[in-house]
Amino acid sequence: MSSQDIPEENLPAAQRGTHAPKPADDKNPFADPGLPPHEHRIQDIDERAAKRSERTVALLFTVSMLATIGFIASFVAIPHDKSIYVFPLGHINAMNLALGLTLGVALFTIGAGAVHWARTLMSDEEVADERHPIEASPEVRAKVHADFKQGAKESVIGRRKLIRNTMLGALTLVPLSGVVLLRDLGPLPGTKLRHTLWNKGKLLVNMNTNEPMRPSDIAVGSLTFAKPEGLDEHDHGFQNEIAKAALMLIRLEPEAIKDKRELEWSHEGIVAYSKICTHVGCPISLYEQQTHHALCPCHQSTFDLADGARVIFGPAGHALPQLRIGVNDEGYLEALSDFEEPVGPAFWERG
Amino acid sequence: MSTAANEAPRSRGKAPAGERVADWADGRLGIYSLAKANMRKIFPDHWSFMLGEICLYSFIIIILTGVYLTLFFHPSMNEVEYHGSYVPMQGQLMSEAYKSTLDISFDVRGGLLIRQIHHWAAIIFLAGMFVHMMRVFFTGAFRKPREINWLFGFLLFVLGMFTGFTGYSLPDDLLSGTGVRFTQGAILSVPIVGTYISMFLFGGEFPGTDFVARFYSIHILLLPGIMLGLVVGHLILVFYHKHTQFAGPGKTNKNVVGMPLLPVYMAKAGGFFFLVFGVIAAIAGIASVNPIWSIGPYRPDQVSTGAQPDWYMGFAEGLVRAMPGWEINFWGHTLVLGVFVPLVIFGLFLAIIALYPFIESWVTGDKREHHILDRPRNAPTRTAFGVAWVTAYMIMLIGGGNDIVATHFHLSINAVTWFVRIGFFAGPVIAFVITKRICLGLQRRDKEKVLHGRESGIIKRLPHGEFIEVHEPLSQEQLHTLTAHEQYKSAEIGPTVDENGVQRKVKRTDKLRAKLSKSYYGPESQIPKPTVEEYKEITSGHGHH
Repeated sequence: MSSQDIPEENLPAAQRGTHAPKPADDKNPFADPGLPPHEHRIQDIDERAAKRSERTVALLFTVSMLATIGFIASFVAIPHDKSIYVFPLGHINAMNLALGLTLGVALFTIGAGAVHWARTLMSDEEVADERHPIEASPEVRAKVHADFKQGAKESVIGRRKLIRNTMLGALTLVPLSGVVLLRDLGPLPGTKLRHTLWNKGKLLVNMNTNEPMRPSDIAVGSLTFAKPEGLDEHDHGFQNEIAKAALMLIRLEPEAIKDKRELEWSHEGIVAYSKICTHVGCPISLYEQQTHHALCPCHQSTFDLADGARVIFGPAGHALPQLRIGVNDEGYLEALSDFEEPVGPAFWERG
Repeated sequence: MSTAANEAPRSRGKAPAGERVADWADGRLGIYSLAKANMRKIFPDHWSFMLGEICLYSFIIIILTGVYLTLFFHPSMNEVEYHGSYVPMQGQLMSEAYKSTLDISFDVRGGLLIRQIHHWAAIIFLAGMFVHMMRVFFTGAFRKPREINWLFGFLLFVLGMFTGFTGYSLPDDLLSGTGVRFTQGAILSVPIVGTYISMFLFGGEFPGTDFVARFYSIHILLLPGIMLGLVVGHLILVFYHKHTQFAGPGKTNKNVVGMPLLPVYMAKAGGFFFLVFGVIAAIAGIASVNPIWSIGPYRPDQVSTGAQPDWYMGFAEGLVRAMPGWEINFWGHTLVLGVFVPLVIFGLFLAIIALYPFIESWVTGDKREHHILDRPRNAPTRTAFGVAWVTAYMIMLIGGGNDIVATHFHLSINAVTWFVRIGFFAGPVIAFVITKRICLGLQRRDKEKVLHGRESGIIKRLPHGEFIEVHEPLSQEQLHTLTAHEQYKSAEIGPTVDENGVQRKVKRTDKLRAKLSKSYYGPESQIPKPTVEEYKEITSGHGHH
């Protein structure tokens, strides 16, 4: 079919004429003029253009097939630990990149083909469909209501109150079994949140070296993380214990300590605070040597470790609990008691 | 509408195989009645209608890839020593969950890709729902009869957030474990029952050895099961209500104009699934998401800086970061307002979205069905309210990343936090006022266009030397489109004293309703749309004045 064969009225020029704005209605210029006439696409009137679209769609589908083959080939051929440098992505896993791109192309071209097919070759004539009210007609409504009343009446539920009330009672009670069954999901809180592994005489063990520490091991201005002696990371329950017992040790000049109790509970300027933030329990790990501030990296609660670890900024509600420390006969740092107050986030029973 | 296909000549003898299969199925399932109503169902076309499709397809992708991941993932918190192929982790203690995630990433061929598709699709799923909900909100598509479908969508969004959260917590890496710890701390803040819920959820003290297995069953079974049901219900209702459409020539509240499901929408929507999947697969190949191997296994006494949740949990994170640390101690108890208040605001903030359609329909008192979409400018108060909500959400998102904002823009973390604290209250108010003004300005421009026509850009010099711009009158299609919206009148309480001078009691709810109605539809909240008389008066003159 050549372009000469196109019927006159299908030509774009002829189309434009019919689509010119109609003179405004005398009565209401804003009235709905109705659906505009359908405009033909080039593919509707020119078979060569339609053929081109067909070839484009077929090409896209073919590319998809090739990409799937590429996917399988990459899966088989590329060593799965091979790393390559691709600008600007940097060093990345070659197989992941190849699989992702081939799969992406295989899928995308199917979609692109289907959409191109729909847009250029399928009919694009807009049609109108009627809507019907969602609600039922009055007759249907009346019938349903009557049926329901009839059914309810036949069940005698309204008349035999005893049946109704006991049934409601039974149905209310029976889910209780399900609730009771959930009881063993976990233990009751008891005083678990109040105690940690620390108690009188427990040595402070360096988290990194696993060795007990002497005051001389801790330099002024340093930050050291400690755990109670006897707690090993291979232990069962290590995670639960360290979640409460994690400790940070810092050494200040004793005269820099502003809080009286803090000074009393320290040893030669070494103070021990719970590492667990009193906000929602993140481990505090950022220490600013000059200001003695400790910052929780999660929500930026800031504590002044020279002043009873009181909160100076951020969402935490109370100071970090301090652990009372001293040295034993051999000169090693030890705890003098458990924490006096619960560590970590506050809770209802904390008081 | 008749189709030529029905009259296609049948071959002599037996019907084609496809037809026989269809007949067989119809005899048992009654599929023909279903197909009669739906096969040529009309769907209107607008770019914003594909946002919901993105959500649907990413949901399907998440299910497909999720099933694959369950084949390799071990939801166990048993501590093991790592001796796999990722050298930097050799000898590290980690949970089996973390180890199996490393194995999926390094030893299962294609495992990393599927993991990343799964995670990327989840991020896109939530983002898609967010934008899709904005589309539905700002165009008023939630109005009767679609309020329940709005609730379905809302539930999908909220459940999607929690499914995402339980999902990214499964690998038991340092980052996600920190997020779980945060959640546990937030649970502890709940008055009276907080410690009990925490003990029951974690099977004892945090972290315990149970939460990965429990989150696993919530993540792969409970929540997606509910969501699948909601998605099906959502789609059934979309079909049942028929899609909304924008006003335009030939489009009324009683019809739906567009193209039929078979073939156009089947091809476009089906094709779009592959487009979405293809793009996500390519992203997953190029951009790494949640590289748990560089984060390390979880330990409750360790943390990294810049800990962030996935984006959709960011606003909750922001609420918690911005809230001052209020704590009240009384009678041996602690009310942890600093954490509990954000938890409550989190719930209320989301609940507003769920309730909004009911609030608006109560204000308007409109009981009719609405199938023609509003242009956001034509509902200024609603649009302004929506923008205010989004503003508060975005400010909290900034708050959730206050450390990242501070380090990237070299700002003080305290200043950023104070900005968020003030912005949470001031931002929405400012956004509300500005949005309303913009809407009214756009309404004025529409009115101007209808009455005086379109600026043509042609400057004409009149005989007496004056220069004017020629305005081109709009076509009837355009005139109709710009004036098709309906404008409510604000509700009045009416006289409070009747003809006998007796004071009538006005209920407080009626007063509130009248007040809201005024702020929605009062003279300061909408520009009266041009009337036919105004139009005729101006156009009957000769040319422009």
